[in-house]
Formats: sequence, structure tokens, C-alpha cells
Amino acid sequence: MSEPTVADTRRLNSKPQDLTDAYGPPSNFLEIDVYDPQTVGVGRNRFTTYEVRMRTNLPIFKMKDNTVRRRYSDFEWLKNELERDSKIVVPPLPGKALKRQLPFRGDEGIFDESFIEERRVGLEQFINRIAGHPLAQNERCLHMFLQDESIDRNYVPGKV
Amino acid sequence: MSFFGFGQSAEVDIVLNDAETRKKVEHKTEDGKKDKYFLFYDGETVSGKVNVTLKNPGKRLEHYGIKIEFIGQIELYYDRGNHHEFVSLVKDLARPGELTNSQSFDFEFTHVEKPYETYTGQNVKLRYFLRATISRRLNDVSKEMDIVVHTLSTYPELNSSIKMEVGIEDCLHIEFEYNKSKYHLKDVIVGKIYFLLVRIKIKHMEIDIIKRETTGTGPSVYHENDTIAKYEIMDGAPVRGESIPIRLFLAGYEMTPTMRDINKKFSVRYYLNLVLIDEEERRYFKQQEITLWRKGDIVRRSMSQQATIASQRFESPSERVQEPAKEKEDSS
Repeated sequence: MSEPTVADTRRLNSKPQDLTDAYGPPSNFLEIDVYDPQTVGVGRNRFTTYEVRMRTNLPIFKMKDNTVRRRYSDFEWLKNELERDSKIVVPPLPGKALKRQLPFRGDEGIFDESFIEERRVGLEQFINRIAGHPLAQNERCLHMFLQDESIDRNYVPGKV
Repeated sequence: MSFFGFGQSAEVDIVLNDAETRKKVEHKTEDGKKDKYFLFYDGETVSGKVNVTLKNPGKRLEHYGIKIEFIGQIELYYDRGNHHEFVSLVKDLARPGELTNSQSFDFEFTHVEKPYETYTGQNVKLRYFLRATISRRLNDVSKEMDIVVHTLSTYPELNSSIKMEVGIEDCLHIEFEYNKSKYHLKDVIVGKIYFLLVRIKIKHMEIDIIKRETTGTGPSVYHENDTIAKYEIMDGAPVRGESIPIRLFLAGYEMTPTMRDINKKFSVRYYLNLVLIDEEERRYFKQQEITLWRKGDIVRRSMSQQATIASQRFESPSERVQEPAKEKEDSS
């Protein structure tokens, strides 16, 4: 008489983990802060810049701790470059706020403190999402945005 | 023909000889309802009685013949008109004539071949049924009785494990291993995921079982994917050198055996999908096909009933084994 066999559910053998791997720093550290909004210029030619600081230990980024200043249109440029060259679905940017740029507003338009804060948060979310994408990390435009002093709009697009 | 109460009409009923002892199983019909049907295996005899009951006793029933058929057919939902019959047996029960009383007719389809398992899917259905028909001038009277057929297999001789290293260069390297490539429907998938390189921020990992039903041939092939199971195996971020175990019990899920190119009409295949999700909801996955088979339990004797029947099929009646029918239980 055959009895119903009990399935063998023992774990498969695996290599013991090296303790330096287990307790060492993670190899996926990537943090980008967007902060310190500053309005530069006068009158109608004013615009706001933000400090973008990237700290990482990913080998694909040349610099492990770097700070640059960027404005909203720089983020727009990055989004367009990635949409054109990479196969990624690029996350959305915070709004362009064209209505806020019209005259005769009760508040300060695009220089309103709460609006700048909202935009800052949106830009920070955007850059963190895109910088962590393995396919975006291959694009030269992302490295130029994060690590070069200024963006050269005449650069040659390509892969790192 | 029964205008204004004249003429005669009849009811047809099919009753199996072993209706008391034969096991019944649940099967989901096309509209999602679960019904119970008699369970048969390949090679088993289908025998019983066709009961013809006259509605107006005393009146005669004229007919052009009474017969019973055993049919196995494949029906594609997008081509309902064409039924592909792969088994078609018929027994004549009565020649054209008249019935004066309600009557019962015996029938036996001996050691019928039932090569495929009963299947009701998204775009295709494979069924076996008995159909008793009284042929008449204007309209036939018929009754169908569906049965369910299960195909059984035994432990495969070769059942290698699945072991593979996959990843995205410089971002994520894993080695996954599943203990077998062929699992029976009550089996356990035992495996492990070993992380060689983790440069992305993983939030959790799950293993899904996907059923893919493929119908049609050539240019018009339809795939229907259905995620049968989603089972989280890891919550949190792994690091290099970490091994995550997998233990997934298949008995809890409604699945069929793998069916490959059934009568060249359709296939039902199963895949394990390993999915890693990172903090930005990006999904990284690796799909791997597994073979599912149905295991039969033999309760009383070591010689399987199927083997007995198989040997009987090719022997003359006088050589038939003189043993009472053995009980066979399906492990489902």
C-alpha cells in the first residue's frame, strides 16, 4: 500500500553570507536634495534657481558628492532629452504655472513662497525618480545635469 | 409532434451503471458556475441505460431511430459553429419504429479512449459527453450528459532543477533556482533567490504563477494570460550575498495540468514569474515555464487500474483478468 508522500519542503542549500556584505554600507545609496531656492535677476527677467546636491556610492556616477544650481527650464530640458533618447516613461514634472506668469495677480505669481516650495518638492521627487532608473543612468544628459557646472545645450546626446 | 395534446412526446434520460460508486468532481463551467460531474479516466468503460419515458401513456411514439453517442470535442469560442470531434462513438439502441411503452435501453462503450483532459477556459473548451437521441420527423428529442476526464501521469524520470543567473548589467544580478521543472498539482515549489549585486533600491519581491492559454494557429493566434497566484517572498531591501527562500504550495490554487498543442487546437501552459519591485514602483521580472502534471493515488493495490485496463484493451475477452474492479482515487 502506498502512502501519500509528504513533499520535501526543505530549503535549498545556499552559500553563507559574508558579514561585511551583511553589515556593510548598501551599494544602492543615492540621494538627491533640491533646496535653497534663490531668485536672481531684476524685474521681468527674474527667475528662481535651486541647489541640487547628489550624494551616491553608485559607480556609474563619477562624483560621489556634488552640488550644482539649476532652474526649472533645466529640469524641462532634461525631461525632453530623456523622452527623446531613452525608452523610459519619464515621470511628470511639477506644472509650468503659466497662469501665474500673467500680470495683475493678487500674489507674487511664480515667486510666491508657497508656490516655490511646492515646485521644489515636485522637482526633488522628479530627479530622485529619474536618477534611480537603471536606463536613465546610461544617458549623458543625466550626468551632465547632475555633475557638470552648467548644461551645454549643444552637447552630443549619447550613452555613458 | 404534440399539437393540442395530440400525438406523443417523450423524455430521455441517461443513467450510468456505476452512478452510486463513481466519484464526482467539481468543474467550473463557461459561465463561472461550479457543477459536479462523474469522473472518468482514459480507457475506462462508459456504460449505463437510456430511459425513454412516454409523456402520454397508452399513445405510441413513432421514431426514426434511437441512438446514444459518446463524444469528445473541442470548441473554440470565436468559432462556435465548428466543433472539432476527436472521439466520436455511436451505438444504435433501436431501429426506426414505434414505442408503445416507456422503455430502457442498455449501452456500453467499452474501454473508451479519452486522450485529453476536460478543460474549460477563456477562449476554448474541451468536453466529453454522452448524447442520447430519438430521431423524429420534425424535431429530435435528445439529452446530453457531460462527464469530466482527468489525465494522470507519474513522476517523470527526468526532472532537472531550474537554475539561472540574470540581471541588468552593473545594477542588479541575481541567481534564481527552483528545485524542479515539472511539478504535480499538489506539489511544493522550493527554491531560492541569491543576490549577487544590488545597486537598485528594492522594496519587495514576489513570485507569480501565470497561466497562458493559446488558441488558434498560424496568423490568428490568441494568447490569454491569467495571473493565478501572487505570493510575496521578500519584504525589504536585500544586499549582496543574501539568499531568499521560496516555498510555494500549489494545492491552494486552481490549476490544470500543462496541455501542449491539444489536437493541434490549443495549449495551456504555466509560468513562474519572479518580480522585483523597487522604491519607485519599477518592476524587474524573469519568467520561466514549468510543467504541471496530475498525480493519481493508488489506494488498494500496487498495480494501477490503468495498467490493467490497458492490457485488457488488447486482449480477447476470454483472457480478461478475473479480478473485481479496483478502487482508484484521484489525488485531486
